[in-house]
Amino acid sequence: MSTVTETTYEAVIGLEVHVELDTRTKMFCSCAIDFGGEPNTRTCPVCLGQPGSLPVVNREAVAAAIKLGLALGCRIAPTSEFHRKNYFYPDMPKDYQISQYDVPICLGGSLRVDTSEGEKVVGITRVHMEEDTGKSLHVGTSGRIHGADYSLVDYNRAGIPLLEIVSEPDVRSAEEAKAYLTELRAIVLALGISDAKLEEGSMRCDANISIRPAGQAEYGTRVEVKNMNSVRSLGRAIEYEIARQIDMVEAGERIVQETRHWNEDAGTTSTLRSKEEATDYRYFPDPDLVAVAPDSAWIEQIRAGLPELPAQARTRLRDELGLPADRAGTVVGNRLVGRLDEAVAAGASAPEAANWLVNEITGWAVERGMEPAEAPVTGVQLAELVALVGDGTLSTKLAREVLTDVLEGKGSPRGIVAERGLEQISDTGALEAIVDQVIAEQADAAQRVRDGNAKAIGALVGAVMKASQGKANPAMVNELLRARLLG
Amino acid sequence: MSELVTRTAAELRDLLAAGEVSAREVAQAHLDRIRATDGRVKAFLKVLDEQALAHAGDVDRRRAAGEPLGPLAGVPLALKDILATKGIETTCATRILETYRPPYDATVVKRLRQADVVVLGKTNMDEFAMGSSTENSAFSKTYNPWDLARVPGGSSGGSSAAVAAFDAPLGIGTDTGGSIRQPAAFCGIVGVKPTYGLVSRFGLIAFASSLDQVGPFARSVTDAALLLDAIAGHDPADSTSIPEAKPDFLAGIDKGVQGLRVGVVREFMAEGMEPGVRARVDEAVARLEKLGATVVDVSLPHASYGVAAYYLIAPSEASSNLSRYDGVRYGLRVPGETAEEMMANTRAAGFGPEVKRRIMIGTYALSAGYYDAYYAQAQRVRTLIIRDFAEAYAQCDVLVGPTTPSTAFTVGEKVDDPLAMYLNDVYTIPSNLAGAPALSLPIGLDEHHLPVGLQVMAPVLGEPAMFRVARALEADLAFDPTPRGANALETPGGAAA
Repeated sequence: MSTVTETTYEAVIGLEVHVELDTRTKMFCSCAIDFGGEPNTRTCPVCLGQPGSLPVVNREAVAAAIKLGLALGCRIAPTSEFHRKNYFYPDMPKDYQISQYDVPICLGGSLRVDTSEGEKVVGITRVHMEEDTGKSLHVGTSGRIHGADYSLVDYNRAGIPLLEIVSEPDVRSAEEAKAYLTELRAIVLALGISDAKLEEGSMRCDANISIRPAGQAEYGTRVEVKNMNSVRSLGRAIEYEIARQIDMVEAGERIVQETRHWNEDAGTTSTLRSKEEATDYRYFPDPDLVAVAPDSAWIEQIRAGLPELPAQARTRLRDELGLPADRAGTVVGNRLVGRLDEAVAAGASAPEAANWLVNEITGWAVERGMEPAEAPVTGVQLAELVALVGDGTLSTKLAREVLTDVLEGKGSPRGIVAERGLEQISDTGALEAIVDQVIAEQADAAQRVRDGNAKAIGALVGAVMKASQGKANPAMVNELLRARLLG
Repeated sequence: MSELVTRTAAELRDLLAAGEVSAREVAQAHLDRIRATDGRVKAFLKVLDEQALAHAGDVDRRRAAGEPLGPLAGVPLALKDILATKGIETTCATRILETYRPPYDATVVKRLRQADVVVLGKTNMDEFAMGSSTENSAFSKTYNPWDLARVPGGSSGGSSAAVAAFDAPLGIGTDTGGSIRQPAAFCGIVGVKPTYGLVSRFGLIAFASSLDQVGPFARSVTDAALLLDAIAGHDPADSTSIPEAKPDFLAGIDKGVQGLRVGVVREFMAEGMEPGVRARVDEAVARLEKLGATVVDVSLPHASYGVAAYYLIAPSEASSNLSRYDGVRYGLRVPGETAEEMMANTRAAGFGPEVKRRIMIGTYALSAGYYDAYYAQAQRVRTLIIRDFAEAYAQCDVLVGPTTPSTAFTVGEKVDDPLAMYLNDVYTIPSNLAGAPALSLPIGLDEHHLPVGLQVMAPVLGEPAMFRVARALEADLAFDPTPRGANALETPGGAAA
């Protein structure tokens, strides 16, 4: 961001996040939610909008909405309503979307996020339930509806439950927006209500962005930006849009209220539709549905069953397990808390286990395009590895190799060590023989050490390690060499 | 012509149970009657000869084998073409669904099958149930068996004409603002609009979701109650379905009106009614008093705003309900250069003028800036009418009044005057707005030999009292449902009128 932004203008950003729920069935019918099916196989009269079909609310989706609402500190409405949002589009089976309008299920929460400038509280306006649309495939050179030769529609996604989380316009920078989205995603994952994959569209984020001179109370004209499919592109889009708006204002132009499309490759936004082209959705209460009225006993039962939330986990890892704050954040962000707790329960020191999780295990997973939490190593195996290093059986270098074997499914750390004969040589007698042999072979280097060149000892240690095929305990080798040459 | 077609459903049920007649014979007699008369009445859009005879044959086989049968096993029925029948054209009398065959059965259709009712065919109606004369059907007009130059009423005019013509003892209609009661009144039969939520709407092609309700037609009150009993009851597929057990419609039906308080709605008796209608209604009220009912004068002060509120709420819901007919997934498709153009061309060609009129009214009423003045205001009127009814029912058990201001009008008479057509529903609409049950009972003829209907209204789930009052009056008046008069359809079974 240009320095002008920070000194002269302030950005005002509100975020609208859609999350596709992992419920067993769709929002208003009993079709299974099962990704990857042949087009139009996960459908029924209800989600195809066949004449005469009627919606019935999915209780599991309501429970997910309540979970997220409670996690965000929202008030759960004693009764909420579904409205119809009317507009024509081929991938919307009824040509209206069932959504919540002025009486949503969750109201008024907040989300705390960590930024480089400290903790920031972002207000949550509301969380509401709605149904997803189908997917259009436009066949032709453009890949968009205009200019397509023909279009195909797949209704498997139609009717999948969505939660929309609307923030207050409290976000002030791309960094804060990224931190908000990251934290919201962590909460959704911790609650287990969605796989929340931005790249695959099971989590989507739109940003409402305006700028104003620093210190001005009124908001500027806002622009909605869509189509950011990663945390990184959200940040890039916001930075671009803020700069674009500042340039316009500086050039004396007026910012128009519109919806803009983020072009990932070009790194720019472009007009999608202006305010004048905006549809009048003619919202009205859906007469096919009755009010959603969760009783307080059910809400309390859901509250009691909430898992540890990311913020709580970070605090515990820092205060109770002694992890540095940033390390705690990474473990939580990568959803490795369960693995860490398991390793600690099996006797590992938390900082060491966290070290392995964050560096080696995460690195291994990322290289393979996996989520770190999907890495196939248990906390018990991790604890075993930490113990093998701790008692001197394995050098760090060998421990890395053992871990790779574990991740490749070759067994437990102890089993692999035994099978490969990797125990570190800590037997003084065995080491002394190798040390003497190396001193004899590398007389020049040995002499330089004797002459007071301390650095020269490194070459001798390396030679001993090589001769022992990496199994020698480096600390002991160092000690033995010093005793022989300097003692 | 077999005299079997003159029998009531209850009589046929008993004859069938006693083995005096087979279900196939009953079905064949009615199919023969349809073949002989429907060229002039045009009640049916599709006659399901093969399916009906096969189902009847199956009922006979199961009866012979001593297998369990439904409560109306072998009794024929005419089904309004607005209820989804799996694999069988369900057109809603609209071009846009002319070739539509649903992939599923409506809950009501399933329940009819469970009752072993034999569906003879699917009947004509106003397009998407929008109309009061069945003249808005995209396919054909239907004619009133009492005078073939007159309309049977609407929108369920096909089912009411079929029952009046002795094509079937039972019919199914739907009622959004009077679409069962008004055609029942015009055709001299019994028609019931049940409590909203009593009968599942799943598979009922929606016109106005908060008002639509499925109900029975019959030539006797008891038959209507029997059919309602077969189709009513909670359906988890309809969120607006009433979860409680359905009332017992039949237990007290013959108990008479002794001790019941009957309210006469003052506003409905005031003006606008034809003299012939007023005379019969006055007589019926006098009879009820003679039979032991306490007659009280009650007021529904906001009922007169019902038509205005209805013609905002119903079109608003319809404008949204009918959006799905876009040519993308089923039904008519008229090509266009773009998806948008294809949708517009399809809807322009597929909907008739009355449907387009209501879509436009509803779209306008819901649009930004007008919502509060129209839709929200209409909903407030609805609340006032519900309150009016609650106050009236503090003084009485049922309410009575005319079903319609006039008897059947002639074909073409009101087709160019939508407002005159809308006013047909002035007495029937308040019950739809209140979600309460109401029934039309034939109580006599006017000076043109046309039937007059008395509307009996009851509070929500008050069907037992409603049936009881109607049954007592029916027994007392002994109205003959056989169409008669100079231009009437010929009498079935050769019996003299």
